[in-house]
Amino acid sequence: MSRLPTGGLVDRNQPLRFSFDGKSYQGFQGDTLASALLANDVTLVGRSFKYHRPRGILTAGSEEPNALVTLRSGARAEPNTRATTIELYDGLTASSQNRWPSLGFDLMAVNGLFSPLFVAGFYYKTFMWPAAFWEKLYEPIIRRAAGLGALSMLPDPDSYDADHGFCDLLVVGAGPAGLAAALTAARAGKRVFLVDEDSRMGGRLLAELHEIDGDDGRRWVDRTIAELAACPRVTLLPRTVLFGAYDGGVYGAVERVSDHLPTPLPGQPRQRLWKIVATRAILATGAIERPLVFAGNDVPGVMTSSAVQAYVRRWSVLPGKQVVFFTTCDSGWKAVHDLLRAGVIPAAIIEARAHVAPDVKALAGAVPSFLGAQIIGTRGGKRLKGVDLRDAQGRTWRLDADVLAMAGGWNPAVGLGCNLGARPRWSDELNAFLLDHPPAGMAMAGAAAGQFGLGAALASGIAAAAEFGTMAAPRTSDDPADGRPLWHVPHRRGKAFVDYQHDVTDSDVALAAREGFTSVEHMKRYTTLGMATDQGKMGQVNGNALLAQATGKTMAEAGTILSRPPYLPVAIGTLAGHHRDEHFRPVRQTAGHGWAAEQGAVFTDAGQWKRAQWFPKAGERDWLESVCREVNAVRTGVGICDVSTLGKIDVHGPDAGALLDRLYINTFSTLPVGKARYGVMLREDGFVMDDGTTSRLADDHFFVTTTTVNAAKVMQHIDYARQVLWPELDVQATSVTEQWATYAIAGPQSRALLAALLPELDLSNEALPYMGALSFRWLGVSARLFRLSFSGELAYELSVPASHGDRLIRALFELGRAFDAVPYGTEALGVMRIEKGHAAGNELNGQTTAADLGMGRMMSTKKDFIGRVMAQRPALTDAARPVLVGLKPVDPAARLRGGAHLLPKGADAIAANDQGHVTSVAYSPTLGHWIGLALLAKGASRHGERIIVHDPVRGADVEVEVCHPVFVDLEGVRVRG
Amino acid sequence: MRFSIFNLAAHALTGHRRWTPSWRDASPKAGYDVVIIGGGGHGLATAFYLAKVHGITNVAIVEKGWIGGGNAGRNTTIIRSNYGLPGNEPFYEWSMKLWEGLEQALNYNAMVSQRGVLNLCHSDAQRDAYARRGNAMRLHGVDAELLDRNQVRAMAPFMNFDNARFPIQGGLLQPRGGTARHDAVNWGYARAASALGVDIIQNCEVTGLLTDNQGAMTGVETNRGPIRAGKVGMAVAGNSSRLAAMAGLRLPIESHVLQAFVSEGLKPVIPGVITFGAGHFYISQSDKGGLVFGGDIDGYNSYAQRGNLPVVQDVCEGGMALMPMIGRARLLRSWGGIVDMSMDGSPIIDHAPVPGLYLNAGWCYGGFKATPASGWCFAHLLATDTAHETATAFRLDRFATGDLIDEKGQGAHPNLH
Amino acid sequence: MRIPCPHCGTRESQEFVYRGDAAPVRPADDGAMFDYVYLRDNVAGVMREHWYHAQGCRQWIVVTRDTRSHAIDHAEFAR
Repeated sequence: MSRLPTGGLVDRNQPLRFSFDGKSYQGFQGDTLASALLANDVTLVGRSFKYHRPRGILTAGSEEPNALVTLRSGARAEPNTRATTIELYDGLTASSQNRWPSLGFDLMAVNGLFSPLFVAGFYYKTFMWPAAFWEKLYEPIIRRAAGLGALSMLPDPDSYDADHGFCDLLVVGAGPAGLAAALTAARAGKRVFLVDEDSRMGGRLLAELHEIDGDDGRRWVDRTIAELAACPRVTLLPRTVLFGAYDGGVYGAVERVSDHLPTPLPGQPRQRLWKIVATRAILATGAIERPLVFAGNDVPGVMTSSAVQAYVRRWSVLPGKQVVFFTTCDSGWKAVHDLLRAGVIPAAIIEARAHVAPDVKALAGAVPSFLGAQIIGTRGGKRLKGVDLRDAQGRTWRLDADVLAMAGGWNPAVGLGCNLGARPRWSDELNAFLLDHPPAGMAMAGAAAGQFGLGAALASGIAAAAEFGTMAAPRTSDDPADGRPLWHVPHRRGKAFVDYQHDVTDSDVALAAREGFTSVEHMKRYTTLGMATDQGKMGQVNGNALLAQATGKTMAEAGTILSRPPYLPVAIGTLAGHHRDEHFRPVRQTAGHGWAAEQGAVFTDAGQWKRAQWFPKAGERDWLESVCREVNAVRTGVGICDVSTLGKIDVHGPDAGALLDRLYINTFSTLPVGKARYGVMLREDGFVMDDGTTSRLADDHFFVTTTTVNAAKVMQHIDYARQVLWPELDVQATSVTEQWATYAIAGPQSRALLAALLPELDLSNEALPYMGALSFRWLGVSARLFRLSFSGELAYELSVPASHGDRLIRALFELGRAFDAVPYGTEALGVMRIEKGHAAGNELNGQTTAADLGMGRMMSTKKDFIGRVMAQRPALTDAARPVLVGLKPVDPAARLRGGAHLLPKGADAIAANDQGHVTSVAYSPTLGHWIGLALLAKGASRHGERIIVHDPVRGADVEVEVCHPVFVDLEGVRVRG
Repeated sequence: MRFSIFNLAAHALTGHRRWTPSWRDASPKAGYDVVIIGGGGHGLATAFYLAKVHGITNVAIVEKGWIGGGNAGRNTTIIRSNYGLPGNEPFYEWSMKLWEGLEQALNYNAMVSQRGVLNLCHSDAQRDAYARRGNAMRLHGVDAELLDRNQVRAMAPFMNFDNARFPIQGGLLQPRGGTARHDAVNWGYARAASALGVDIIQNCEVTGLLTDNQGAMTGVETNRGPIRAGKVGMAVAGNSSRLAAMAGLRLPIESHVLQAFVSEGLKPVIPGVITFGAGHFYISQSDKGGLVFGGDIDGYNSYAQRGNLPVVQDVCEGGMALMPMIGRARLLRSWGGIVDMSMDGSPIIDHAPVPGLYLNAGWCYGGFKATPASGWCFAHLLATDTAHETATAFRLDRFATGDLIDEKGQGAHPNLH
Repeated sequence: MRIPCPHCGTRESQEFVYRGDAAPVRPADDGAMFDYVYLRDNVAGVMREHWYHAQGCRQWIVVTRDTRSHAIDHAEFAR
C-alpha cells in the first residue's frame, strides 16, 4: 500500500471495495479509481493505441490520455472511461482495454517491433495491392486492431434528463479564480451558475498547499462554497462538465448525477444535460500541465508533476518510493515543496533551466538538484526503474526512480473560449496560448487567462466579475510562476511521445514536416496528433512546438488548432435525453383513437399521427382480406373513417377570398357560401405543393383543408402569404387541425345513417348537394357537415369539436348497427382513392406539376397566383413529361408494386428506355385485380398501350395496359347520388 | 517517389529521413493556362485530371489556407451512387467507378472501403420511394438491393427492432457504397497532380477576378499578386457566392452550416454506412474505431464553420432511437462545414456567363462522394469547353428552363434539400 | 442561437422555421420572377432574414443577423 498514514481528502472511515481486471482492491470514499489503483501499487493500467506499449496513469484529471478503462460491465459497461475522473464507489468493477490476452502480457505489443514501418501516415503508402485485398484482408485487420474499448451492444438501461438554466453570470471552473468570481457576483445578488467538472469544488487548491487569509486554502474553499450555497440565487453544479459554448450565450453542460453510484437511484437519471443561457460567462477553466518530450517518457511511473502533487496532497497516495522531478518551471519546485510538507522526500530535481531564483530553490529544501540538466532516457518496461540524465557539464548520471514527475509548463485551458471562433495567440512572455479577445459576453480568469500565481488568479476572478460588484481580494502569498519551455530533448534511441494515446512521437512530427505537412492542421491530420480522446489536451502544444522547430517558424507563426465542442467527450445518450425508443418523437392521437383501439385497429404512422390502417376481424387471414371487406362495405353500404388528421385552417376576413385566389391555382372568391371546392396550390417554383377542399362557411369565412403531412407547411405558407407577401389584405388564418374531429361517412347508406344521427337536418340532394357545406349544432356544440367524397361514393365529412370526437364516433356506430356500418382505415381509403384516380402523397411528391396530375386546366388564366409564372417554364410544360395514368395488369392475377419503373414493351432494361414509374398500387376488390397509378411519359395519349412494369429490386416484370387513372365510376354518378 | 510496402521498408532503414514533400509548396508564377481557385478535393482532382487526361499541366491551384481545409476535410467520408434521377445517377456512378480505381491511379491509399450503404425505410410509401430509386439505379447498371426487415436485422441486429417509434420495415442497400479517408483523398490528388507539374499554391487568397475590356477572364488577383490565366475554374464550396460576386454573378445558392460528429474509438460495431432518414441520422465507423455520424443541416444561412446545440441533440436523438446501444459511447469531436446548398439540391458544373470563367458549385452536403467525378468532369469542361457526358444535366441555366434535378422534391428552398 | 421575437420575447431558435433572405420582394413583373425565386445574394455579413415563430406566435419576423458570426442585432415583425 502506498497510502500515506494521514492527510488527504479521503474518508478513511469509509473503505470501499473495487476490482480491476478481476482482482480485488480497497480504496476510500473520496478516491478516484486512479488514486485507489496507485494506493494499491497498480501502475500498469492500459496499452497504447498503436504499439500497445504499457501505459500508466499520467495525470490526475480529465486530460488523462493513458488510463482509459471500461467501467462497469454488462449493459452499463462504459468504455474509454478515464480512471482519473471515476469516483470510487463500493463494488466498482473496471477492466483494461485494447490488449490480448491480458494487460500484463499483450501479444499486440508485437506492433512495437514493426514501429520502424508504422510511422505517421504509413498506411497511405501501402496496402494498395491488390486492390481487392483492402476490404477483405487489410482493412478488417486494421479495424480489429484499432479502436479502444468495446460497446456492450446492449441498449443503455439508464435514463437521461435535461434542464435549462438562466443566469446573469456563468462561472466555469471552481478553482480559486472561479470561486472568487462567483462570490463577487453572488454578493451583489446576481443569479450565478458555478459549474465544475470535479466532484469536489476547489480546483488546484485541493491539490496544492496554500494559505489564504491566514488559513489553509482548503478551508477558504469550504467557507466560500458554504457562502455561495447559502445564496438563493446561486446554483452550484459540481460533477458538471461545461462542454460547449454556442451562439447567443447558450452553453451546454453535462451533470454526472449518478455516475458516482453503483446504479442510479430510483427515478434518478444517470446524467443531466444542461442548457445554460448566460448573460455573461467567466471561463476560470485553469491550465493543463505539459508533459516533456524525451525518450522513454511513457513508461508507467512517468507522470505530470501536478498529478504527483495531487495524488500526495488530495488523495494521500504516494505513487512511488523514489520520486524524481524533471522540471522547466517554478511550479515543479512548488510541487517538491508540497511533497516535503506531506512527509515525502523526492530523490532529485532535474531542472532544465541553468538558473532558478533563490526563493524557488529554497522550496526544495535539501532535495538534491541538477540545474541545466535534462533527462535523456528512462529505464523500465511496465514500471519505471530509473532515469538517465545529462547535467550541465555534459556528464551523464543514472538515477533509480519509480516515479518521474514532469513539470513542463502550463497550457491555459482556453478551448471553450475558442468554440465561437476566437483564435488564441501565443505569448512569448508566458509561453502559452492565450485568448486575448474572447467572444462578447465571455471573459477569462485565473490560470486560463495566464494568471498562474494564486494571488493573481484570485484577483483576476474578482476583476472578471467587476461589472457585478467587487470585493477585497483574499490575502495570499503569491507563488513564483517563472518558467522556460523545453520542447524537446534530443535522443538517439527510444521513443519520445507527443501524443501518448495515439503513439505519436517526435519523429512522427518531424516526418510530417519533411513530407510537407507543415501547417498544424495538416500535421494533426497526418500524424493523428490531438485526435485521441484527450483531444490534444496533453500533446497539441508540444506538437506545435516541434513542428515550429522543424519548419523554422516561431510558435506564433505555427499557431494552433481551434478548439471545438465538446470540451470533454459527452455520452450520446445524454445528448439524446429521453428522446429514444417509443419516445423518440411525440405520438399524436385523434379524438377517435381510443375507440379505434377498442375495435382492434392496426395503426400506422402518418407523420407523428397514429392512424387506423385497417380493422381486422376474427377469421380474416391477412390485411388484404380485411381491407377488401372494408372497401366492399363502403361501396355497397356505409363505412366510417377517421380523417381528423387532415390539416384544417380557418381563414377569416373581408379579403379571405382574395388571399385564397392567390394561394390556389383555381378561384375561390367566386365560391358561394355553403359550397366546397377542390383546390391545388403550387410552390412559387410552379410545382404542386398541396391539395384539398376548401369550403365557404360565410362571406368572410373559408375553411381550408390540407393533406395530413403538409398541414404545418401549408399553415406556414398561408401565414407567409398574408404577413409577408400581401400584408395589405385584411385576412386572418388559424390552424384548427387539433380543434376538430372529422369523420368521413361514405357509401350508399351514408345519407340514411346521417339522417338517423341528425334528424333535424335536411340532407336531400337539393338541400345539401355534392360539394355542399353547412354549419349546425350537435349536442349544443358547433358542427360542420360537408358533402365531400374521396372514395367516390355518396359521402360526407362530419366535424365536431375534438372534445366531442369520441362521443360522435360512438354515436355513429351505435346508430350504424342498423346499417351494418363498418370502420375503415387508411388502407381502404387508399384503395378507393386509387380506384378513383385521386392524386395523393405519392403523386404530390414535389416533382409534379398540376398538368402532370391531369389538373392543368384548373390553372386560372384570369388571375395571378403563387407558382403561375414559374409553371410556364419550358421543362414544366414539355409535352413529353410523365403524366398520371392508370395501369391494369394484362394477367389479372399479376401483382403491381409501387416504385417499379415503366419500359416500352420489348425495350431493353436500360436507363435510356425509362419512361416513368408506378406511384401507387392497390388490389381493387371492386375490379378483382391489382391496379396502379403511374407517371408515364406522354401518358395521356397512350391509354390502351401495353407496356412493361419493371421492378428488378423485387422481381419479375409485369405487362400492363395503360388506362385512364379513374378506374371506378368515371362519370362521377355515385357521388351525386 | 513511388509508394509501396517495399519502398516503405527501405525508408525505414534510413529512419524515414529521406522522404520528400508529398507535393511541391509552389509559389505563384506570372500566369498559367488554367487557374483553379480552391484547393479542396474537387479542385485538386480537377488539376490532376487536367494534367493526366488532357495533358494540360500548366495549371495552378490557389488555396487561401491549407489544402483540404474546407469541406474536403470536414465531412463524413461517405461514398455512394444511390441516386434516383437520371440527371444525377450516371455522374455519381462514374464517381464510384473512379473511387474503385483511385488508389492505383494515384499510388496513394485513400482507404476506399466498400462496406455498403444502407438506407432504412419505415413505411410502405418510403419503401416504394426506395424501390423507385433502386430500380432507377439498376436501370443505370448500378448495384441496388431492396431488403426486408429480416434482411436488415441480419445485417445490423443491434438496431432497435422491438421498441421503436418508427419501426424499421426494410432498406435500400448499395453494397458498393462505403467510405474513404477524406484527407488521404486530398493528399493523394495533390501529390499526383504536383508530380505531373501542377502548382499547388497555399496561403494564396483570391481577392478579385481580372478581366479584359470585353469582360473575359484574364486571371485572378491574389494576396500574393496577380496571376494570369487562360481559364479560371472555381471550386470553392462554402464561398461560391462570394467568389461569383467578384464576377458580378448571383448564384442559385445559399450557404448553410452542416455539423458532423465522431465518437471516441471503439472496437468495430457498425458494418457499413447506415442512414435513418425518418430520424435525420446517419452513421458509419472509421477504421480508427470512431463512430462517424451526422444529420440535418442547421438550417440557417451561415458562413461560420460551426453549428448549434439543437442539431447536436437532434442527431443524437436519432442515433439513440435507432441504436440505443450507443448511449454510453461518447461524442468526442464535432465540426461544422459550410455547404453551398443549391436551389434544387444538385450541383452545377458549367460555364459561367463570363467568358473564361467556369463554375463547380452547389454540392450541398454531398460533395465528398463526388470528388473524383467532379474533378474529372470539371477538367473535361475546362479542357474541351463541352460538358462531360455524365454531367450534362448540371447546367446553370436549368433553373431558368425548369430542368431541375430535385431528388427530394422540395423546390427552391435550399435548407430543405 | 436565441431569437428576440418581438411578440414572445427571446426564444430558442428551434422554435422558429427559417426561410432566408428577406431582401427579395415578389415582383409584379413576370420577367423578374426567376431572379426572385432562384437567385440569392447569399450575404456574408449582416443580413435581414425571414424566420417564422412556428412554435410561438406564428408571426413571420425579420431578424437582422450576421451570417459570419451568427450575432443577432434585432428582430421585427415582417408585416
